[in-house]
Amino acid sequence: MITNPAGRITQGQFSFLPDLTDAEIALQVEYGLNKGYAWSVEYTDDPHPRNTYWEMFGMPMFDLRDAAGVMLELQNCRRTFPRHYIRLMAFDSTRGVESIAMSFMVNRPQHEPGFGLVRQESRGRSIRYTIHSYATDAPEGERDGD
Amino acid sequence: MASPKYTIPGTAQPFAPVSAADASPIFDATAGVVNGVRTVNQVLAQSQAGAVMDELERDLIGLAPIKMRIRDIAALLVIDKLRTDLGLAAAAPSLHMSFTGNPGTGKTTVALRMAEILHRLGYVRKGHLVAVTRDDLVGQYIGHTAPKTKEVVKKAMGGVLFIDEAYYLYRPENERDYGQEAIEILLQVMENQRDDLVVILAGYKDRMDTFFRSNPGMSSRIAHHLDFPDYPQSDLLRIAERMLQQQNYQFGPGAREAFEQYIGYRIGQEHFANARSVRNALDRARLRQASRLFADRDREYTAEDLTTIAEPDIRASRVFQIAAAHKPE
Repeated sequence: MITNPAGRITQGQFSFLPDLTDAEIALQVEYGLNKGYAWSVEYTDDPHPRNTYWEMFGMPMFDLRDAAGVMLELQNCRRTFPRHYIRLMAFDSTRGVESIAMSFMVNRPQHEPGFGLVRQESRGRSIRYTIHSYATDAPEGERDGD
Repeated sequence: MASPKYTIPGTAQPFAPVSAADASPIFDATAGVVNGVRTVNQVLAQSQAGAVMDELERDLIGLAPIKMRIRDIAALLVIDKLRTDLGLAAAAPSLHMSFTGNPGTGKTTVALRMAEILHRLGYVRKGHLVAVTRDDLVGQYIGHTAPKTKEVVKKAMGGVLFIDEAYYLYRPENERDYGQEAIEILLQVMENQRDDLVVILAGYKDRMDTFFRSNPGMSSRIAHHLDFPDYPQSDLLRIAERMLQQQNYQFGPGAREAFEQYIGYRIGQEHFANARSVRNALDRARLRQASRLFADRDREYTAEDLTTIAEPDIRASRVFQIAAAHKPE
């Protein structure tokens, strides 16, 4: 999942596809709105797969009827964080579901440095493995992605 | 970005948000006319513009200048479609409006209809109406206004944003008032998201004029300044009959004449609010009818009894007493 031929992070829906155009994003948003989902915009510069909670860009948008509102917020986020990962999430508030129903990335850095394998020797000469994102070598906010 | 090698179902053409475009032919500049839509009638057959105009004529009494303007807007849509088919590009017209007029002249009613009309004409994608007042737009502390206004704007996208009593947004006596911030955001949205939403400002004539004088940017971004005239007496009577009909009531013998007289007196008295006064008068007449029927406990009532507003129900109104008191000797 982490390594793939394109050398790109694959998280959420559509991440094995070429980047969605704005028109395609708007269609997805429209689909979610028709299902009654509330969209929200989130961003991060730490692409580790276990980094589940990204920063919220504004409040989740409830009671929207048209994709234009979400797209407006997405453009704002892209202007503010052009080299961050940005994703759209659709929250399904149906009783008993109450969780994220859709989630896909809509913005990623120009250059994604990928992950390194880290080996840690532990007791009894056993080895623990973990992955480390090169992107996080720089402090938060300075990870330019190139 | 490289163009994708796949297609998403339902996207034969690049995302075209205007819903009326769904029915229209896919425009191709090189091919010229695609399916030969050349006459107004052909376009009318495809869109619902004709039905909308008829319905408006039937449902709204009076308001001739308003209907005229809506007819113009509908005509522009039809002609634009003909132009597009011949490859003549046209920018989407600005449809922001201001409704001014005395109380009860139908500003809110028309605004509600307008969202639906613009949707069916294909100018807005969803056709819902978000009605707000100053409280919904202006925040209570620094930094509260912008997110609040933007949230409302986002909710209204694809539909109509109706700002009732818009002049309250601007309070010249308090220069630190946050209303100005809301106005600036609205101006920006009205300019940049013209395809996404239509803003309608409504309010009483004189105060709206003051508002526009102090916010020339707002005034110039509004293409349609519609002034709602007061209803003549005959229209008010027709409105009354329409209201009764909608609530399954009718005038009894003599009641119609009594109500006509009532309107004549009421117009001259203070706080007259056109159709709203008529509605209130009818509501009070219904109350009197109810207590009249209530008094006779053993009688079996027919449907006709229960639906008829009798002459005394209307004659009992205070308006007649006041008018009698003021009558010159």
